[in-house]
Amino acid sequence: MLDSNKDSLKLEAMKRIVAMIARGKNASDLFPAVVKNVACKNIEVKKLVYVYLVRYAEEQQDLALLSISTFQRGLKDPNQLIRASALRVLSSIRVTIIVPIMMLAIKEAASDMSPYVRKTAAHAIPKLYSLDPEQKDQLIEVIEKLLADKTTLVAGSVVMAFEEVCPERIDLIHKNYRKLCNLLIDVEEWGQVVIINMLTRYARTQFLNPNVNESLLEESGEKAFYGSDDEEGKEEKAEAAALAKRKPYVMDPDHRLLLRNTKPLLQSRNAAVVMAVAQLYFHLAPKAEVGVIAKALVRLMRSHSEVQYVVLQNVATMTIKRRGMFEPYLKSFYIRSTDPTQIKILKLEVLTNLANETNISTILREFQTYIKSMDKDFVAATIQAIGRCATNIGEVRDTCLNGLVQLLSNRDELVVAESVVVIKKLLQMQPEQHSDIIKHMAKLTDNIQVPMARASILWLIGEYCEHVPKIAPDVLRKMAKTFTNEEDIVKLQIINLAAKLYLTNSKQTKLLTQYVLNLAKYDQNYDIRDRARFIRQLIVPTDKSGALSKYAKKLFLALKPAPVLESPFKDRDHFQLGSLSHLLNAKAGGYQELPDWPETAPDPSVRNVEVKDSVPEWTKCSSREKRKEKKVEKPFYSDSEEESGPTESADSESDSASGSGSGSESEESGSGSESEESREESESEQEDKEDEEDKRKKKKKTDRGKVKAPAVETTSGKIEESSGAEEKNRAQKVKGRRSGSESESEEEEESESESSRSESESESESESDTDAKKKKKAPVTKPPPKQAKKESKKEKKEMSLLDLDDFEPTPSPQVTPVNNFLSSSLVTDLEGLSLTDTVMAPTTIAPSGSVKTYELLHRITGEGLGVEYCFSRQPFSPDAHMVAVQIMFTNNTNAETKNLHVEDPKLQSGMRIKEFPEIELLPPGEMVTVVMGIDFCDSTQAANFQLCTHIRKFFVSIQPPVGELMMPVFMTENEFKKEQGEKKKLNPSYSIV
Amino acid sequence: MIHSLFLINSSSDIFLEKHWKSVISRSVCDYFFEVQEKAGEAENVPPVIHAGHHYLINIYREKIFFVSVIQSEVPPLFVIEFLHHVAETFQDYFGECSESAIKDNVVIVYELLEEMLDNGFPLATESNILKELIKPPNILRSVVNSITGSCNVGETLPTGQLSTIPWRRAGVKYTNNEAYFDVVEEIDAILDKTGSVVFAEIQGVIDACVNLTGMPDLTLSFMNPRLLDDVSFHPCVRFKRWESERVLSFIPPDGNFRLLSYHVSAQNLVAIPIYVKQNISFFETGSSGRLDITVGPKQTMGKTVEAVFVTINMPKVVLSANLTATQGNYTYNPVTKTLVWDIGKLSQQKLPNLKGSLTLQCGAPKPEESPSLNIDLKIQQLAISGLKVNRLDMYGEKYKPFKGVKYVSKAGKFQVRT
Repeated sequence: MLDSNKDSLKLEAMKRIVAMIARGKNASDLFPAVVKNVACKNIEVKKLVYVYLVRYAEEQQDLALLSISTFQRGLKDPNQLIRASALRVLSSIRVTIIVPIMMLAIKEAASDMSPYVRKTAAHAIPKLYSLDPEQKDQLIEVIEKLLADKTTLVAGSVVMAFEEVCPERIDLIHKNYRKLCNLLIDVEEWGQVVIINMLTRYARTQFLNPNVNESLLEESGEKAFYGSDDEEGKEEKAEAAALAKRKPYVMDPDHRLLLRNTKPLLQSRNAAVVMAVAQLYFHLAPKAEVGVIAKALVRLMRSHSEVQYVVLQNVATMTIKRRGMFEPYLKSFYIRSTDPTQIKILKLEVLTNLANETNISTILREFQTYIKSMDKDFVAATIQAIGRCATNIGEVRDTCLNGLVQLLSNRDELVVAESVVVIKKLLQMQPEQHSDIIKHMAKLTDNIQVPMARASILWLIGEYCEHVPKIAPDVLRKMAKTFTNEEDIVKLQIINLAAKLYLTNSKQTKLLTQYVLNLAKYDQNYDIRDRARFIRQLIVPTDKSGALSKYAKKLFLALKPAPVLESPFKDRDHFQLGSLSHLLNAKAGGYQELPDWPETAPDPSVRNVEVKDSVPEWTKCSSREKRKEKKVEKPFYSDSEEESGPTESADSESDSASGSGSGSESEESGSGSESEESREESESEQEDKEDEEDKRKKKKKTDRGKVKAPAVETTSGKIEESSGAEEKNRAQKVKGRRSGSESESEEEEESESESSRSESESESESESDTDAKKKKKAPVTKPPPKQAKKESKKEKKEMSLLDLDDFEPTPSPQVTPVNNFLSSSLVTDLEGLSLTDTVMAPTTIAPSGSVKTYELLHRITGEGLGVEYCFSRQPFSPDAHMVAVQIMFTNNTNAETKNLHVEDPKLQSGMRIKEFPEIELLPPGEMVTVVMGIDFCDSTQAANFQLCTHIRKFFVSIQPPVGELMMPVFMTENEFKKEQGEKKKLNPSYSIV
Repeated sequence: MIHSLFLINSSSDIFLEKHWKSVISRSVCDYFFEVQEKAGEAENVPPVIHAGHHYLINIYREKIFFVSVIQSEVPPLFVIEFLHHVAETFQDYFGECSESAIKDNVVIVYELLEEMLDNGFPLATESNILKELIKPPNILRSVVNSITGSCNVGETLPTGQLSTIPWRRAGVKYTNNEAYFDVVEEIDAILDKTGSVVFAEIQGVIDACVNLTGMPDLTLSFMNPRLLDDVSFHPCVRFKRWESERVLSFIPPDGNFRLLSYHVSAQNLVAIPIYVKQNISFFETGSSGRLDITVGPKQTMGKTVEAVFVTINMPKVVLSANLTATQGNYTYNPVTKTLVWDIGKLSQQKLPNLKGSLTLQCGAPKPEESPSLNIDLKIQQLAISGLKVNRLDMYGEKYKPFKGVKYVSKAGKFQVRT
């Protein structure tokens, strides 16, 4: 049928073949006939041929090669699905000869346009790696490239490839760490699991232990408790070291980012994702925050029994370390008679771990009902659990013991036997008070048949034969009678009992012991023969008896330590929770150890992503050098740091910053006037800081630096404000009496910016808002020029103005140079060099670069057409009164969008609009940027209009935020001073100075 | 990741195998059979089995064992969740996930498995995407296919795969635009001998059936969202909106899906709709016992309790039961030792009662263990937690959809200890 011309016949044939494969029958004889059809046009036949090929190619390598050219052709197909499936099949054929072809195909696919093909490429990497591990280096290159991919589709697959090929190359993650954290929520479920597991490991190597202080506290506390005199010296040293280490723990913002971004995933419907997040929190989060996972894990208990099984295993481990976490959910672990036995036993384990003084009575009551269960294995486990509770919690020991003794009269033998074993363990703790229990148990030897229980009773009687002197020989007599029929374990205990009795009560038992030993001598089991011989030599005094026999009594009746009943989950937490290895409590192949926390955090700057090529320098100074700098430039630093404080996620960072800030301020107050240079430095420093922050917040706006002329204003305003802020500080510190009015007036001036700041994310933006506002004020009121400056403060102001002067003549710089300058200037900053004016100029431009974009049309409501707009703060050349609005169209559909234009504007009176030129065509996936001008008439009314495509219209409106209404103004130094002075006049505090 | 998959039926036949990497011999399943034998009952087979160089992770569904072979470290829940997902996909495609259904559609099963995993790593698991890649079978299509020779495999890449909303396909069209939401709540409770509540909580889900044209953006709000203690969402739900406003805002997948599952745990909020008075005792002599059960409604908020079943797993020594029921009828299965009493509707006036004697095995001692009662019930038009949907709004599309919300309360794991 395969040779037929008809597709339907071929299909029928292939279906039968696939059914054969599925049933596990060998269909390899048909290989040549099937391979011919690899180029078949019918896509279903083709797919089935692929299935066949992948299954048998390994066995028939030569023939499989015939098909390769078809796939190579498929790799060039315009249809992405065909490209992807060709790559999939090609990489699935396990034939070593085609490794170079595969390598080439993967490399090409890794830079394919379609993310789906790139995803397939990521899948192909581990396939090739398993076929030929020598390709590792090349594959790592591809992985590195794919890791940089920004689409969510690829992220999960490439991390999976990373885990399989090169999990040790943690350095590849640095640059992508933040991106992965941010993408995480949008990645498909399976990818999330892999990424979270990988990030857990990564975080363990890169961040400090958030619980380090607590564990140190515990340790030192313990030491103090146990510490004896001779250890004191050592202890003190250790404590000193601990104290030294106990500096306030500051969580790395990246660490925080990871915790924050994974938390919503606890709400995932996929149990694997929830578990992955749970283990991440367990391993990485500060103690106080781990609690959030308990609820989610308890929820998983409603899921399929297999999921329950795995979750309970992990919960059992967690409860040993963090009992408090699950205590509120104690009742969720109560057992139903319908649960499968393995689940029951695990729940029991959790309940036992959760038991403490306060809840033990409820737990024991629960246990009591469990004992009546029909499931005998479960009853046995319950009895053991009671035993464990009794050993762990002293108060209930007697109650438990009494309960267990009652169980001895149970009709079920298994229950009795289990109780005997547990009672034996409990009695070992306090044998003196319980001789009656031992007597009771001695009676049981007649009935109980379970060997373990019999052995336990015999051992107990032997061990405590002094407490029951009358019964013990009697028991031995009975046992001697049945010796030959006993199990090995019981026989050994009989011998033990005999030996012990011989030593304590040789008069009565001498003959019996001899008899037992004789029986044992001819036993089939060599262990028993051995033991009999050994004991005979040891206890029966003969001529040859060695020195040991003197100590026989000591040997046999030495005080034995009570056994400790421990959870089998005790030491499991060294395996990463949720992993296969943890479940099996044995290392599975390919398991990556969870590394210990590092002593000191590795350089966090490696994770900084370079927005542009030219700024690697500033990345270095991001956190550590910043702190060093504080000493050099405290006064100014404090300002910017304080401002940045609230935006930082690390809680204590702002604290320390403000602390140092206040200190430095007072320093400043003493020092009087400052040199101009340092002032200048500080200003640029401050801006750099803000700049950094912008970047850190990932406000990577591509249009940075496009701002040209308006930058003059923003800059000037900015400097004004920053110096204003300085003044504020100063005034508050030095002239305390005036501080009230000062800040008030400041507030007046900034009231609008203040409010906008609280909302806006980017600080520089709000600042530019402020100055834009100021600018707007400026032309309205025209006050007389400002009086001469006598204060040092004003000198500073002048200085800042001077900067502007220098700047003005410079032509608007290009995008890249700005950053070059920026970085270089920063470097020089760090080295404490004074800046030249030329360097200064471009740095002042930068802060205005980050512009906030607003959504005009969401891609869903716009049927795939997404429109965003921003105020570019450039002059709108056709009309100076208009504000330039930059509009970005993104076509997310698969079809072209045509004839984009503005129609039917509905404007407030006085407002005007200058439409952008019609966009003829917007191909799928492309983005187009246009500029339109709107004259808002200095109002914040929205401009409404229709945005039309060739198919439909969307009503949209643009509403300007206050700060974005601005007019480009060119002015000279004097003009600026005038205006500034005028503004100061408005501000009463200045006149007092 | 996942190396191979074997499907095994209850008589230990491997009726389907699929390998994503190199072929692994069937003999690996011998480890599984060994463990299965030891475990006895199917549900006691541990989900993870160490088998030499491999690990077997299995689930048991619809009398089929899905046994996957793993070679290296992988989160076990990852595999378990995936296997359940496979089973659900089969259910979705064939209406049932039984051995015969799988055998009948073996080619589609194979194609599905091929799409769902690539090299052992999940590729396309959303049912919306899969249905575009591989069309589910139905009679009409098979007739058409056999005549025209067309096939049931999609030729183009599903659009959802590339978009940020992978769960919904583009270009959905319906003549009747409808959206139905079923609020289903299950009461999990343990009552002790005296009838007082040991433990009770409510597990609820909202299952949706959405047939809406285009790309609707729905917002579902509740009258009392604070009630929900712990929730988990379908990926389509915007988490931020829930955090800030406690509304469910989402672009729904097409067709049936589970929008939300939630948990109400505060014990005082859980109303127990019925009460049970029971007395089961066995006599010391005469190998017989007595049974007396009365069921009555309680806290039903004016609704009738329907479909009440009482199931009791009797001790092994109970041979037969000779009972009289004032309402409904009872059956006793002497093999599985289960007594099922089908009551039906509960009425306020006449309380149903089941009374009579039990015959025990001759000479056997009186059983120590006490059987527990499992109760099943249903209340229509009531969410026992009191949860109410406030309104459903749709944005993004022009038409007016038909909207419907239904409430049902059921007994989940509802157990009365004796």
